[in-house]
Amino acid sequence: MTTSNGQYIAAIDQGTTSSRCIVFGADGRIVAVDQQEHSQIFPQPGWVEHDAEEIWTRVQSVVSGALAKAGLTRDDIRAIGITNQRETTVLWDKNTGKPVHNALVWQDTRTEDLCKELGRNVGQDRFRRETGLPLASYFAGPKIRWLLDNVDGLRERAERGEILFGTMDTWVIWNLTGGVDGGKHVTDVTNASRTMLMNLHTLQWDEKIAESMGVPLSVLPEIRSSAEVYGEAVGELAGVPVASALGDQQAALFGQTCFDIGEAKSTYGTGTFLLLNTGEKVVNSYHGLLTTVGYRIGKEAPVYALEGSIAVTGSLVQWLRDQLGIISTAAEIETLASTVEDNGGAYIVPAFSGLFAPYWRSDARGVITGLTRYVTKGHLARAVLEATAWQTREVVDAMEKDSGVTLSALKVDGGMTSNNLLMQNIADVLDVPVERPFVAETTALGAAYAAGLAVGFWPDLDTLRANWHRAAEWTPRMDEATRDREYKNWLKAVERTMGWIEEDQTTGQ
Amino acid sequence: MAGSIQSLERAAAILRLLAGGERRLALSDVANALGLAKGTAHGILRTLQQEGFVEQDKDSGKYQLGAELLRLGQSYLDVHELRARALVWADDLARASGETVYLGVLHQRGVLIVHHVFRPDDTRQVLEVGSMQPLHSTALGKVLTAFDPVARAELVESEREAFTAHTVTDLDAIDAEAAVVRERGWAQAVEETWTGVASIAALIQDRRRNPVGAVALNGPVERVCTAEPNGTAGPVRPELVVSVREAARAISRDLGAPRF
Repeated sequence: MTTSNGQYIAAIDQGTTSSRCIVFGADGRIVAVDQQEHSQIFPQPGWVEHDAEEIWTRVQSVVSGALAKAGLTRDDIRAIGITNQRETTVLWDKNTGKPVHNALVWQDTRTEDLCKELGRNVGQDRFRRETGLPLASYFAGPKIRWLLDNVDGLRERAERGEILFGTMDTWVIWNLTGGVDGGKHVTDVTNASRTMLMNLHTLQWDEKIAESMGVPLSVLPEIRSSAEVYGEAVGELAGVPVASALGDQQAALFGQTCFDIGEAKSTYGTGTFLLLNTGEKVVNSYHGLLTTVGYRIGKEAPVYALEGSIAVTGSLVQWLRDQLGIISTAAEIETLASTVEDNGGAYIVPAFSGLFAPYWRSDARGVITGLTRYVTKGHLARAVLEATAWQTREVVDAMEKDSGVTLSALKVDGGMTSNNLLMQNIADVLDVPVERPFVAETTALGAAYAAGLAVGFWPDLDTLRANWHRAAEWTPRMDEATRDREYKNWLKAVERTMGWIEEDQTTGQ
Repeated sequence: MAGSIQSLERAAAILRLLAGGERRLALSDVANALGLAKGTAHGILRTLQQEGFVEQDKDSGKYQLGAELLRLGQSYLDVHELRARALVWADDLARASGETVYLGVLHQRGVLIVHHVFRPDDTRQVLEVGSMQPLHSTALGKVLTAFDPVARAELVESEREAFTAHTVTDLDAIDAEAAVVRERGWAQAVEETWTGVASIAALIQDRRRNPVGAVALNGPVERVCTAEPNGTAGPVRPELVVSVREAARAISRDLGAPRF
């Protein structure tokens, strides 16, 4: 396929707020990084859009930037991997390459009513058996439908075969491999698994669901594996194979080398995403988790995952900083929490916009409970950190119930891993070791690994596993009686959040 | 209370005056309010101005509080902020050198370990965050003692235990080594706390070049030091010194310290 002897892999990480290009060496260490933010467009409350053309410009620019910083040329790059914000949806004209509308970002809630309508008499689990997903506004399928319904003449153009759909992986790959001049219109199984249009078992577009959703098959890209050569780049990286695509959370799973059944990673940012490798088995969730494709390497069998997301983790710390002003930097939460021995009986459940996994209660709202005259801001800081730990515990419990797999360790990444007290707390409440690897950029690393595997830069998964090194490990120190008592108290606090919003005000605050 | 210094009392009174009420005062306002001769008030104001505690408005010639006072109030660097900023660089140092990395700050009479990165060989290691190391016999402690007068004072007061045959406990010898550390910008400790262990440390500074902590690499003597022809341990490896100093500079830069 390629004759390049390049000693580096370039990963493009097209994220929600920025695009980055990271160049990795054979040992998985970072050689250079370049990053550029793009505009967030908010046309009305709840709507979030990106300009896909701007994103493509940024991507080209960070690729050049990273190469320049590393002092490398395209001859040094063996392959390019892509990872991306998931579910964000763009439609474009295949003859001009111009988007027909801004991309609808995963956070955009404009399809909420449409999702209810699509649920008909069945409800939000109408397509769950085939797709692993509940009908929710994040996913791409309903976003395509909204665009077809709301952009003048678009449905007709789509039916004439002039329009292409893509999540950000597809958009970047199409442009990278030539755009209007022979660009490859492909997506990978992990990104396709977030459209609500792919059948998890066949890994093909589900024609019935596409029809129910009003999405013509002609707009959809070809579904490929996560690690194979989709085509060769043009431009700056001309001739370099474009060899992987993975949604960001799946890429982090791959970068953390969670290749075995029962291995899990948790990425702690403003929100938290926990993914558990369930092997070649599609595990249906009865506890509010999503079933998704973890990755697929070339023609090998796909590896599935259960996903649990926690809406509010790092953003609870930000709330304490920005809304309450109790701390002045995020790192200070640990200082404040360290001034006390325990939570003083206080619990904070940050159900700011309802409870997510495993409850899915939109009528819930946040509470601070167990308040007495004794409670100080130190106790509240501790309760803030414990909220993240207990929410992790609830997602892990749900995963164990759904999959029958018992977690033996949790691999962590993301900004909050610098919080030592939090990491210890998570180990304590899960009663398993928590491990932090050296490379913090697990998402980009995962895309690089998949691309490197596809072109033979790395021979096999074992080689990648050997690159994973533990930078820190927190071992459980909490006794069982304390853990049980605290968990019971937490669950009691969670109960207090439910039913706060009355039926007729669910759309309000 | 014996021996208060009159000019300091007056300076404090001027600062209080500027902090309250009108904020901007002319020389005559200050002198009148505190019952001072204009010349006296001017002398004190000029000194305060040189120290940055008072600023003079160019157009009106009036005095107001200076930015330095604000900075004084914020000078404390949160150790968790330090860890968050240092994480990437500490990881990189451990990965590149293959050795254990610590970040330490002065705490009471010792070095508090605020961050610990495992040696990247996946052997069983225990996180030592929150533990203490001695000031006089570790590279971290020597750096802090050399650059932070408070650490030096604590060291003088502390009981300097001789952990090994190589531990230096004599204050004059410690001060002499501190002078060398200040001169070259890094410290070493070879088997001075733990037999068989050598460490190299360099200073982390904040944006005002205050010493806020130190970063160290620890490893077996055989890997950290060069070998003499007769088989004994020689000086620490210069390439490791370079790596430690680069990490310290990178962390300092992230804390806003000017480029060296």
